[in-house]
Amino acid sequence: MTKAGNKSCINLKLKVWRQKGPDVKGRFETYKARDVSTNMSFLEMLDVVNEEMILSGKDPIAFDHDCREGICGACGTMVNGRAHGPEKGTTLCQLHMRHFSNGDTVIIEPWRSRAFKVVKDLVLDRSVFDKIIQAGGYISVNTGGAPDGNAIPVPQESAEKAMDAAACIGCGACVAACPNASAMLFVGAKVSQFTLLPQGLPEAKKRALAMIGKMDELGFGNCTNETECEKECPKEISIENIARMNREFLKAGLS
Amino acid sequence: MQWGLNWFICTLRSSIGKKLIMALTGLGFCIFLIAHLAGNLTICAGEDAFNSYSERLHALGPLVILTEIGLLFFAVTHVFIGAYLFYENFRARPEKYLIKKNAGGRTIGSVTMPYTGLFILLFIVLHLVDFHFVEKTDQTIYQIVLETFSNPGYAFFYIVSMIIVAIHVSHGFWSAFQTLGVSNSGYMSLFRVMGIVISLAVGFGFGLLPIYISFIS
Repeated sequence: MTKAGNKSCINLKLKVWRQKGPDVKGRFETYKARDVSTNMSFLEMLDVVNEEMILSGKDPIAFDHDCREGICGACGTMVNGRAHGPEKGTTLCQLHMRHFSNGDTVIIEPWRSRAFKVVKDLVLDRSVFDKIIQAGGYISVNTGGAPDGNAIPVPQESAEKAMDAAACIGCGACVAACPNASAMLFVGAKVSQFTLLPQGLPEAKKRALAMIGKMDELGFGNCTNETECEKECPKEISIENIARMNREFLKAGLS
Repeated sequence: MQWGLNWFICTLRSSIGKKLIMALTGLGFCIFLIAHLAGNLTICAGEDAFNSYSERLHALGPLVILTEIGLLFFAVTHVFIGAYLFYENFRARPEKYLIKKNAGGRTIGSVTMPYTGLFILLFIVLHLVDFHFVEKTDQTIYQIVLETFSNPGYAFFYIVSMIIVAIHVSHGFWSAFQTLGVSNSGYMSLFRVMGIVISLAVGFGFGLLPIYISFIS
C-alpha cells in the first residue's frame, strides 16, 4: 500500500457518532484516518480505521454494510450533511475517497428519524420499512404452474416506469435527507412498482390505503415537496412516484 | 388504521389527506389572489374606476358575504392543519443533525413555508383592520388607500409583505398540484413554471401598487 506523502494517499479527521446501544445517549468522537488510499471506498476507509482501533484494544465503529456494490441498501450514513455523501446517485459503498482532500474533516452521522432507531453507532433498525411492505407491498397470487410470461400484455412505458420505481433498495436515504423525515418517496416507489403493472391492479386500492396508513402510524413526517429525497436517492427515484401514490390514495378513497 | 365507512375521517387523519386539504385551500387562495389583484389593478384606470369597482363588488351583497365566509373557513383550515403538520414534522426527527446540507431540492419558498405562512397570517389581520373594517362613511376606498400608502413606513411594510406572499406562492402553487397527484414527468415542469409566473405576478402586481399610487398616479 502507498504511504502518506504520495498523491494517492490522504489523511483525514473523522468526527463519528458513537452510541453504545439503543437507549444510551450518544456523542461525537474524533478519530484520525491515516494513509487512506484515494482508491478506497468510504466503507473500506472505515474498515482501515476500525482495524487500527481493534489492534489498540478499542471498540470499533459499528456500521451497516453488505454487498458493497450499491444494490443491497444496507449501508448509508450522513457524510458532511449529505445522505450517502456528496456524489449523485451513489450509495455510501460507492463513494470513493478520491472525492476528499488531504486534511479534510468528515462528519459521519446515522440517518436521523423518529422511526429509525440507532442500534449501535451508525447501525440503524430500519425494520419499519419491512412493516410498511408487510402492510401491502406485495401481490397475492395462487401457487401452481408458472403462467406464460407474455400472457398479460404490459405496455413498454409502464414496464420501464415500474422498473424505475422497483429500483428502490430501501436504504432510507430519502427519510434521512427529508427535512421532515418523511418516507413518502419509499412508499411512493413501492406503491408505484405494483400499480403500474396489471398484476398489481386487483389489490391497488387496499395496498395504497394500508401502506400509507402504516407509514403514518410509524411516526414518519409529512411530505412538503422539498424534493430533497429525489436528489439524495442513490437510485435517483423520481418524486413522480409520490404524485402517483397521492393519486392512488385519492382513487382508493373515491372509488 | 381502519378505513371502510369512516373514510372521510380517516382521510382527514392521514398524512396525504391533510396535505390534500392544504393543497385545495391553498389553490383557493391562489384564485382569490388573482381575483383580488385584478380588482386592485383597476386603480391604474383612475380614482373613479377604482371606486366604482369597489361599489359594484359590494353591490353583489350575499355573494360577497358567502365568499368571505368561505375564505375565512379556508384560512382557519389552512392555518390549523398547516400548524399541525409543522408540529408532526418537527416531532418526526427528535435528534437533529449536527450538520445538514441542501442537496439541491429546496428553494427559498420551500424552506421558509411555515414562517412565511405565519407572517402572511399576521399581515392579513392587519390588512383587514386597515382596509376592510375601516370606517368608510366619510371617505371613499380610493382616499383610504391613498392615505394609508402615504405613510412610507406602511408602504415599505406592504411591499415586503407582498414579496413574502410571492415567496409562499412560489412553492405552494406547484406543490399543490404535486399533492393532488396531477403532477407527472410531463406536467411537473409546467406547474413549476406556472408557480413562478403567478408568484411574480402577485409580488410585482401588489407590490408595485403603493409605488404607483404615491409617485405615478
